Amino acid sequence: MPDTVSLPTLEDAIALGLTADEYALVCEKQGGPPNQVELAMYSLLWSEHCAYKHSKKLLRTLPTEGTHVVMGPGENAGAVDVGGGIVCAFKVESHNHPSAVEPFQGAATGVGGILRDIFAIGARPIAVLDSLRFGEVGGERAARPRYLLDGAVAGIAHYGNSIGVPTVGGEVYFEGPYEQNCLVNAMALGLAPRERLVRSAAAGAGNLVVLFGASTGRDGIGGASVLASAELGGEQEGGADKRPTVQVGDPFEEKKLLECSLELLERGLILSLQDLGAAGLTSSAAEMASKGDVGIDIDVAEVPLREAGMEPFEVMVSESQERMLCVVEPAKLVSVLELCEKWEVGGAAIGTVTDSGRMRVLRGEELLGDMPVRALVDECPLYDLRPRKPVESIYASAPASLAPDAPAGETLLALLASPNISSRRPLFERYDAIVQSRTVRRPEQADAAVLALEDGSALAVSIDGNGRRVAADPYRGTIATVLECAANLACVGAEPLGTTNNLNFGNPEKPHIAWQLCEAVRGLGEACRALEAPIVGGNVSLYNEGTTGPIYPTPVIGMVGRLPDAARAGRVGFVRAGDELALLGPFRPSLGASELAKLRGEALPDGLAEIDLDRVREAHAAVRAAVRAGTLASAHDIAEGGLAVALAECCLAGRIGAEVNLAADFWAAVEPAAPPGFVPSAGARAGALFGEGVGGFLVSARAAALRELGERTAIVRLGSVGGERLVISWDGAGAGGEAEITLPLEELAGAHEALAELFS
Amino acid sequence: MKFGVLQFPGSCDEVDALQAARRVGDAELIWHGDRDLGGADAIIVPGGFSYGDYLRAGAIARFSPAMESVIEFAADGGLVLGICNGFQVLCEARLLPGALLGNANLRFTFRQVEVEVLYGGGPFTRACALGERLSIPAKHAWGRYHADPDTLAAMDAGGQLVLRYAEGENFNGSVHDIAGVCNEAGNVFGLMPHPEHAVDELIGGSDDGLKIFESMRMSVEAARA
Repeated sequence: MPDTVSLPTLEDAIALGLTADEYALVCEKQGGPPNQVELAMYSLLWSEHCAYKHSKKLLRTLPTEGTHVVMGPGENAGAVDVGGGIVCAFKVESHNHPSAVEPFQGAATGVGGILRDIFAIGARPIAVLDSLRFGEVGGERAARPRYLLDGAVAGIAHYGNSIGVPTVGGEVYFEGPYEQNCLVNAMALGLAPRERLVRSAAAGAGNLVVLFGASTGRDGIGGASVLASAELGGEQEGGADKRPTVQVGDPFEEKKLLECSLELLERGLILSLQDLGAAGLTSSAAEMASKGDVGIDIDVAEVPLREAGMEPFEVMVSESQERMLCVVEPAKLVSVLELCEKWEVGGAAIGTVTDSGRMRVLRGEELLGDMPVRALVDECPLYDLRPRKPVESIYASAPASLAPDAPAGETLLALLASPNISSRRPLFERYDAIVQSRTVRRPEQADAAVLALEDGSALAVSIDGNGRRVAADPYRGTIATVLECAANLACVGAEPLGTTNNLNFGNPEKPHIAWQLCEAVRGLGEACRALEAPIVGGNVSLYNEGTTGPIYPTPVIGMVGRLPDAARAGRVGFVRAGDELALLGPFRPSLGASELAKLRGEALPDGLAEIDLDRVREAHAAVRAAVRAGTLASAHDIAEGGLAVALAECCLAGRIGAEVNLAADFWAAVEPAAPPGFVPSAGARAGALFGEGVGGFLVSARAAALRELGERTAIVRLGSVGGERLVISWDGAGAGGEAEITLPLEELAGAHEALAELFS
Repeated sequence: MKFGVLQFPGSCDEVDALQAARRVGDAELIWHGDRDLGGADAIIVPGGFSYGDYLRAGAIARFSPAMESVIEFAADGGLVLGICNGFQVLCEARLLPGALLGNANLRFTFRQVEVEVLYGGGPFTRACALGERLSIPAKHAWGRYHADPDTLAAMDAGGQLVLRYAEGENFNGSVHDIAGVCNEAGNVFGLMPHPEHAVDELIGGSDDGLKIFESMRMSVEAARA
């Protein structure tokens, strides 16, 4: 029986991250103080990371059902129907704190973890995307962000490339509030025949619980509670003392584990499957038992160990990577172990399913821990947030690097050279984007990645987030993020099927963070409802604060859509000289919280402009239909840096110039409130060229095709494609018809390559 | 015409190679533990990270049972194509001269590259013209081809330097811009770029790589006739 001589104390429980009240509740559930094994397991399963105790009530408000949804939140990953009996599984997850402590392994195991979530439901991973945030990589404080950036990118490349899953897209931004606490979110997609999907619920008393994959070591002890559910301490080092809590990844082991798992399912040898992630064996076994409404006995003596002398609680909470747990009928055990041998992965029956409803930990005959599954998994107290909007912005503005009256040409070059806008090619080149032969659109070829399916259709996927805009207005900023994702899908001709999200926020026990979180989730739900793109899964990462304060509130949205004809997937680059350009959609540019405002050192505004969801949705539909019909040569949504940056990006991607002449109809579209004959000031012109907002698309097409499009949809003609310069002039609107910007492509390209020097 | 594509634990591009080969003939996977090559007329050693490549790229795969059979197959004049990790394996197995070192830029790099055919008309380039440029993606961390000067001179004289990176395309720092080489007999060929990822205009915008597989089919059929 449990050792009653040296039972852990309340102080031990607090050191493991439980509150005094939670410890008292554990004692009540257990009918007395828990022993060391039991306390270790409760502390992990009742951590924020596993129990979602500050976010669960909010998450329940999100839309999770829709016509395409096959598997919603609660399983290892969500899944949507993509036709032909095939489903697409996808999910985004964070590995922020491990990456802030040890960026290479933190990011690598982040990729490893999200891939296991995908094949845990029986899907073969087909793509990875990532969303990264670091501090400023220019200026005096650049050393730590650059170290983290380099390590995280190398870690993602190491794991993704080696395992043979293409990294097809992603995004990265650099802002002061992420300096101590970087964000590393990884998203993965997989495909499976619908009937092969497997759930994680354990079933059938007497069935065996088999652990397979890597052996179990002392790495990652306490990752979920100590690392993921508390603020990062320490000065510049970002918590070097926490380094042993970070796991070490082995992509080769995971590659074998992936093939072994899929073959076990294909041959019908296992009943349920679950990956081991945060809190290791403790959470996977307990969650399998909880979902199946059964009990599980685990014998720690049967767990293959990496090192001698591990304590039972260490075996139960180890976060050693590349491990899976499955439930097997006794008669099939031999076949299961044979298959493990074929793929050269370890496999051992370490427990049994029971009908006791209890999670029991044994060492041979000796009972080391005994807990009700319900209490462990489902009865952690949930907390109400106490949201309160802060009186003034809690974020300092960045130091100014551009004069407010800088000429438009200089402004455009400064924006293109900003680390937040410049070409991501130095990062994308680190990743294999083409293995598995599905990649119809590689990074920088289109606004969303496009992956061919066997029937000639294709999936499109995008991942987006804009912490600065969410910081200015958590509700509208989050709506804008979801719209940005859907706009990217529209530009390749895809309609959203489902959404995943990773909510990266600070400490939710602080009222202003709680306010950000509540407002963001309200916006997320509203936007996903409007787009009919329900949330099928996701993750919450809280306590993202360093010694200098919280991160920007950063909901990262991943969206998967489908287009009927892969061959008609849209492109971002201009194609032919002589094609005409147009602005499509309800675009109302504003400099508030824009990239230009940041370069000018301006403070964040209190709120963003109102968003007309219906009109934006109509614009998405119009672009999508035109791309699908083959009407457009290029399509690009207007995002960071506004119209001028979008024009430059289309020129650079297509290696061809453009002549743009902005006339009265342009002003009427972007500034409907302006009086007739309005002569815009230089400031107003800068706002129109560089302002940001939702709903705007820059499209190009042959003149006749554009004319036809204009008969169905409101568009504003902007000019034509051709030449080797980008020229933007105002037709009788303030600049006397003179060109405001005339820049050769080489000069635009030179500015746009600014990020390359960080990797030289 | 049947291709056999080796599959090691850690292979990543074996299914891509299989699908590419199937565009010109039959193709089957061969498990690394099998000595039986299943009656294949030509062998492809695919890309990836065989056995994790934790020791030296290709250093362990070269000892697998299937590779022992491939070495015999090559000695009998059978066609063997090594792509990326497969090229590294063939060098480790001494089926090809030289070695592949870490890229000059010290990191894994993925880029669409242009390569020039220096030796048209061989078993792997029969469908290409001399001097023809092929657009094929490359993606590797250890792709810098190296051989000593005497070996290189002999290879050059013997027509063993089959593919070269076009000007400005040699990101890995290979000596003499070498992208692909064959053995003295001409029946074993290795290259770092991935022809199996350039077989469909829809996926990647080029089908130039198909010419390598097409050449192999033509060579096998010519030998039979």
